[in-house]
Amino acid sequence: MNKNFIQEEILRSSGVNPKKCMKCGKCSATCPAYDEMEYHPHQFVSMVESGDIEPLLSSESLYKCLSCFACIDRCPRGVQPAKLVEAVRLAVIRQQDKNHLTANDIPKLLDDETPQQLIVSAFRKYTK
Amino acid sequence: MRVSYFPGCTLKNKARDLDEYARKSAEVLGITLEEIPDWQCCGGVFTTAKNEVATKLSSVRALKYAAAKEQPLVSVCSACHNVIKQTNHAIKTDADFAKKVNNYMAEETPYAGETQVYHYLEMLRDLVGFDALKEKVVNALSGKKIAAYYGCLLLRPNSVMQMDDPENPQIMENFIKAIGATPVVYAMRNECCGGYISMESPDLASKKSNAVVENAKAAGAEMIITACPLCKYNLIKNGADIPVVYFTQALAEALGVKEDTNE
Repeated sequence: MNKNFIQEEILRSSGVNPKKCMKCGKCSATCPAYDEMEYHPHQFVSMVESGDIEPLLSSESLYKCLSCFACIDRCPRGVQPAKLVEAVRLAVIRQQDKNHLTANDIPKLLDDETPQQLIVSAFRKYTK
Repeated sequence: MRVSYFPGCTLKNKARDLDEYARKSAEVLGITLEEIPDWQCCGGVFTTAKNEVATKLSSVRALKYAAAKEQPLVSVCSACHNVIKQTNHAIKTDADFAKKVNNYMAEETPYAGETQVYHYLEMLRDLVGFDALKEKVVNALSGKKIAAYYGCLLLRPNSVMQMDDPENPQIMENFIKAIGATPVVYAMRNECCGGYISMESPDLASKKSNAVVENAKAAGAEMIITACPLCKYNLIKNGADIPVVYFTQALAEALGVKEDTNE
């Protein structure tokens, strides 16, 4: 994908303005998935801003965000980093054959108590 | 009073207690939950992307149904409430999104976000009143130390959810007081249990859930209440050794429409 095109697409679909970021790092400090991420929320913000998006597209970090909205509520500048993570993830999984989770993966991931909410939420996040 | 009620997929299956005791308790409090006919699953999580439209239409249909009946829309599952309220907010604040939604629906009356969206806890606080609830309690849970677990979805994003102070919420603690029990306040009550990550990274969900339970226990909790089936699943699956129950179970017990919440 064209670099400028994808940056523009991510900015448009997320509605985020990464230039508002003042680099305080609070988004990453409050992120419950921080330890599992290769690129952290503050890096999503700076990398999207600079157009260095390629590494994000192939990173597992896209699937570690818990959509807890902590970085959104706790950012002192209202940058909303989770919306950028989501926009990058969608840029990937909306492509053909790029679903991160398929129906065939599900049966082995279930137990007797798995709530329906878990299955539909994972599908909504990982699958086009 | 009659309200439109969106139960959600899990309340028809694994979380029947959340649904059943919500309905029974509401009747005692003078509110009838009228289930929306043919409601469709909310999808569990709100997609924040502005250009994601089709997956939000199930929420719009529920909102439109309530609008036509001129009733508030109530849900009891944290996730359903979050998705429906965020969808309603997007329609009210994003004209481009609203236009696309109404084009999809192709109905005569466009929907503009007029429905009032309540979580069941907000219904108790704002439509019933915690004082009125207290008067209906026949079986006060006196002396029971209960930790409220908010998780993420009830409170955030606060600019949309507007339920309570997202960092120092009171609504569930005031609910616990109204049913005669003692609220236990602890730091992790609005932190994430891991949510849907338990599908493919159970270790991460385990870490997050354990931190919540240990923190609640250290503060003296004998029981944890939640409004979210996924929070409940994650906490129990990862070895909570105090009861984790839906707040509606505690409510029904206090109102005398259920025997015991320790199950």
